[in-house]
Amino acid sequence: MEFRFFHHFGSYLLMLKGMFSRPENMRMFWKEFMRQCVDIGIGSLGIVLIISMFMGGVTTLQIAYQLVSPVIPRSTIAQIVRDTIILEFAPTLTCIVLAGVVGSKIASELGNMRVSEQIDAQEIMGINTKGYLIMPKILAAIIMIPCLIAIAGFLGIWGGQKAGELGGILSAEQYWQGLRQDFRAYNIFFALFKAFVFAFIIASVPSYYGYHVQGGALEIGKASTSAVVVTCVLILFMDYLLAALLL
Amino acid sequence: MIELVNIKKGFGDKVILPDVTATMETGKVNLIIGSSGSGKTVMMKCMVGLMPVDEGKILYDGRDFTNMSEHEKKEVRQQIGMLFQGSALFDSMTVEENVMFPLEMFGKGSHKDKRNRVMECLERVQLKDAAKKYPAEISGGMKKRVGIARAIVLNPKYLFCDEPNSGLDPQTSLLIDKLIKDLTLEYNITTVINTHDMNTVMESGDHIVYMYKGRKQWEGSNKDIIFSKDEKLNDFIFASDFLREAKEMRQMEMFQSQDWRNKLKKD
Repeated sequence: MEFRFFHHFGSYLLMLKGMFSRPENMRMFWKEFMRQCVDIGIGSLGIVLIISMFMGGVTTLQIAYQLVSPVIPRSTIAQIVRDTIILEFAPTLTCIVLAGVVGSKIASELGNMRVSEQIDAQEIMGINTKGYLIMPKILAAIIMIPCLIAIAGFLGIWGGQKAGELGGILSAEQYWQGLRQDFRAYNIFFALFKAFVFAFIIASVPSYYGYHVQGGALEIGKASTSAVVVTCVLILFMDYLLAALLL
Repeated sequence: MIELVNIKKGFGDKVILPDVTATMETGKVNLIIGSSGSGKTVMMKCMVGLMPVDEGKILYDGRDFTNMSEHEKKEVRQQIGMLFQGSALFDSMTVEENVMFPLEMFGKGSHKDKRNRVMECLERVQLKDAAKKYPAEISGGMKKRVGIARAIVLNPKYLFCDEPNSGLDPQTSLLIDKLIKDLTLEYNITTVINTHDMNTVMESGDHIVYMYKGRKQWEGSNKDIIFSKDEKLNDFIFASDFLREAKEMRQMEMFQSQDWRNKLKKD
């Protein structure tokens, strides 16, 4: 078991090392990078919009349900919603969803290319396939996922306000007052730092699983599932580790 | 010319190629034939560098491919075209974009020149009309032809074809064989084909290497095969009664030719 772990970890590191070489053609690399930016960024925008709005709304309702004391001002709800969304829900929950959406897509795309010998075809042409196929995915994820998380943060907080107003829990003024209370800019830095780390995991781990598929359609499915599971576990582990180290 | 000098390849304890020495000649269609599991695919993958050899040398026109730096290998690879068994076309690209891909990656010149070259290659494989179609919209035979167009677009010195006729009807197979043979002669390419197809063997086999259990069992041309006394080769090539009868008829025909009578006397 531990040997398999070391085997996979070693292969993963070698894959990362293999990515770093001068692109054969910068224009083609840029084209592939932009395609990945669109796939990862625009392709996941819809699901991020939906989950972040509901995430904010539900957070407001649940906090209001628990904070029933008359001595606690209503604006405190907004303060808790803000910090919960910025520190945890926007980066972690969004990335768990993106691990499923983006991760499975990356793993199955590369797996299919491997099984149908498209990667071999590029290798024979003299292309460094790790550099041409994996590097743009990782770079695109590192750029686009923090943007998605920033959007998720804003929309989550906005969703929380709307849920508060619709449920008659607190007014927009109270909510905005709460948002401004004890605001710490460091929390934004922490959320974005987490976003970069998670983005790297979301792109690199499924790339590893997809790139090393051997077999057929069944193995592509298995690789895709394993990629999502391992990515989610790693995100949760890193979430804990970063919270312990940086907060 | 591609030379394989004492190449050895294994996976773990299992030895696939114990010791193979062979030469693939320039301007000829070189065939690697053998039953499933005889090591011909591994041999081809070693030749193109998709698998490293454990021992031995692979020489491309005298240059040792096995001991080259990655940069040098890349240069050699840009002179290699390969047609894969499943065509290996890029699903997300049209036929035209597939053929354009190697040119865009490595080709020099304007976009117009590149496009002209793509159209020239597509015309060569009679697929100019399918330029805007996606691989999912064309037949297996057409995919193979697109694969050939993509393989020759950079004017390669070496062309590798892995089972070019698998899954094709006999008529389309003949068309593909003829196309490969014509291209080999036209551009003086070193062509290496890995095949099971007996039509290809008899029609295109200028130089044939028969692999048996990872070893080179027999070497010769399609004409030599008719008179070969190698039992294993005969069992493989002329497996059915029909083919055995066809062989005898061909032997009779060829025996009537004076050249062959003289050759057999010499042997």
